[in-house]
Amino acid sequence: MSRIIQPRQLGQLILAYSKELIREPGVLFWGIVFPILMSLGLGIAFTKKQDIERHVALVNRSGLDNQETVDFLLQAGEKANEDNGEYNYRIILRDENMGNTTLFFEPMTWDKAIAQLKRGTLGMIVEERGKNKIYHFDPSNTDAQLTYMKVSAFFNSRTLQSGLDETVKPLTLRGTRYIDFLIPGLIAMNVMTSCLWGLGYGVIDKRAKKLMRRLVATPMKKSHFLFSLITVRFMMNLIESGLLFLFAWLVFDVSIQGNITALLLVFLAGNLAFSGLAVFIASRTANTEIGNGLINAIVFPMMVLSGIFFSYYNFPDWSIPYIQKLPLTLLADGIRSIFIEGAGLNVVLFPSFLLVSTGFIFFLAGLRIFKWY
Amino acid sequence: MQGINLRIREGEFVALLGPNGAGKTTLVEMIEGIQKPDKGEIRILGKHWDGHADELHRLIGLSLQETRFIDKLRVLETLQLFASFYSLDQERVYQIIDLIGIQDKRRAYVVNLSGGQRQRLALGIALLNRPKILLLDEPTTGLDPNARREIWSILIRLKKESHTSLILTTHYMEEAEKLCDYIVIIDHGKILREGPKDRLLDNQDEEKIVEFSLEGSTGLYPGLFKDAPYPVSWDEKQQTGKVKIPKIERNLPAFLSYLSAKNLELKNLEWRRQTLDDLFTSLTGRHLDE
Repeated sequence: MSRIIQPRQLGQLILAYSKELIREPGVLFWGIVFPILMSLGLGIAFTKKQDIERHVALVNRSGLDNQETVDFLLQAGEKANEDNGEYNYRIILRDENMGNTTLFFEPMTWDKAIAQLKRGTLGMIVEERGKNKIYHFDPSNTDAQLTYMKVSAFFNSRTLQSGLDETVKPLTLRGTRYIDFLIPGLIAMNVMTSCLWGLGYGVIDKRAKKLMRRLVATPMKKSHFLFSLITVRFMMNLIESGLLFLFAWLVFDVSIQGNITALLLVFLAGNLAFSGLAVFIASRTANTEIGNGLINAIVFPMMVLSGIFFSYYNFPDWSIPYIQKLPLTLLADGIRSIFIEGAGLNVVLFPSFLLVSTGFIFFLAGLRIFKWY
Repeated sequence: MQGINLRIREGEFVALLGPNGAGKTTLVEMIEGIQKPDKGEIRILGKHWDGHADELHRLIGLSLQETRFIDKLRVLETLQLFASFYSLDQERVYQIIDLIGIQDKRRAYVVNLSGGQRQRLALGIALLNRPKILLLDEPTTGLDPNARREIWSILIRLKKESHTSLILTTHYMEEAEKLCDYIVIIDHGKILREGPKDRLLDNQDEEKIVEFSLEGSTGLYPGLFKDAPYPVSWDEKQQTGKVKIPKIERNLPAFLSYLSAKNLELKNLEWRRQTLDDLFTSLTGRHLDE
């Protein structure tokens, strides 16, 4: 009777599969090196910042004196970042168990505060009317809620001499809700993922199936092959984004406040950017696993960094200028500015130019090294 | 590939016959223009690939060893797509559908076709542009005998009706014998033997292969037959012997009396014409399908 476990056989099988795996450098990179790099990147972004930082606008529309609050803030913290007449009050709330919280109170006008709230650079607005403090934020945004609790606790823990009178005013203004922030980001992300997966992976798959080799054995123009793929992808993206917007409009009353032409321009530019990137990624490999890893390597970091689900202002200050140059950030910020800030052509012209150039450069580089069979 | 020197004439059907790994596909890819020989040259209708790629693509039709077309495209749509590359009209597409006998499947998704139907589609696509040269890389590998015969009948019809030259790689000797006029036997990147089909086995009417087995399974070993009138190869595993006998009608009795003189009693004996496989085995010591 044969034994249930045949150690030699099992050992040989394990050895063979291990060899198969480690002899494929691509698999090794995407399986081991890439996750480490990702954890390193995300680790630096999030772990080092044990301290919570929250930016709060300080708005005074009433014209009444708010010297008492200013004195209070100065007593608890310090005036910082004085720059071109702009400044903020930095308050550090120390907590050994939960980590420190730093609150930045930034005096500004109501309009500016709303604009920054829409962009996600602010968590909340504290409006002062005499002794009354009105907290404006989106109650469905848990992060804004946390900010509110921290700020409210701060004012209450060091009660002002004349007592505290607080009111919470939920912001239901269009463009200030989390959903208004999220939808443009999702549209941008969809353009990226469907270009890279649909187009990039599609090309790799056609190469793997030898379909591409069969096609180029005909008088088919190679440029037509790529152009048709890019066009189909663009049309699909247009439909997908349209449906996503329609859904958001029907269910959440999300609207486009800016210029439609500008929106189409930045949308097209985004498609070109990611199509170019897709052609570049798909230019050589016929191994779908390597393709998988390559695409993830581009999609995943941008999805995390580019402020799709939360504002990228949560990342360290030094990294923000770099993040803002990423194609997905350019596209998401562009679409977002049109959707919620009512931006026009002039705002998206430069980002669109950057996106088109990115796409063009990657497309040409991809074509130079493109393997048809 | 080494020392390959081939000239293929218009309308000629040539088989590149050899076992797996013999270099058949490499040779076809060189002809197809996607691999370049380190030395030597390939000319098609007097033209090199350099600078004439577009022109040559229009003259060649090919079917790769395994191509998967677009899964969710219908047969008709797939043919229409390829027809568009050659600026061919709808009529040609329907001619091809008739030729490859796939009328009832023309609306089926490619992914739902059987292996044989898929190969017929690949052949149909290769024939769309009425190619002057048709390259088929193992068109019937993995197909059942019926599906294989369907492909053959399409090619036999093509031979009758056109002047297309065919270069076919295969490891089925039957396929090479059935379809081709000229056969090139390849192994390890070299030509072992080549010639017109009827002259490659030129002594096949003269010499017959006799296969026999004997009663009693012990005491039989190859050395036993070393004094036989014709060299016998004895397969110990199969317990069968093989011997080539010229002018069998006259010479068989001599062989039979040799056996009985050695007290060896025949269990079974049959003779047949020499095949390409016999030729390949005599050249390499292996079978074609190994």
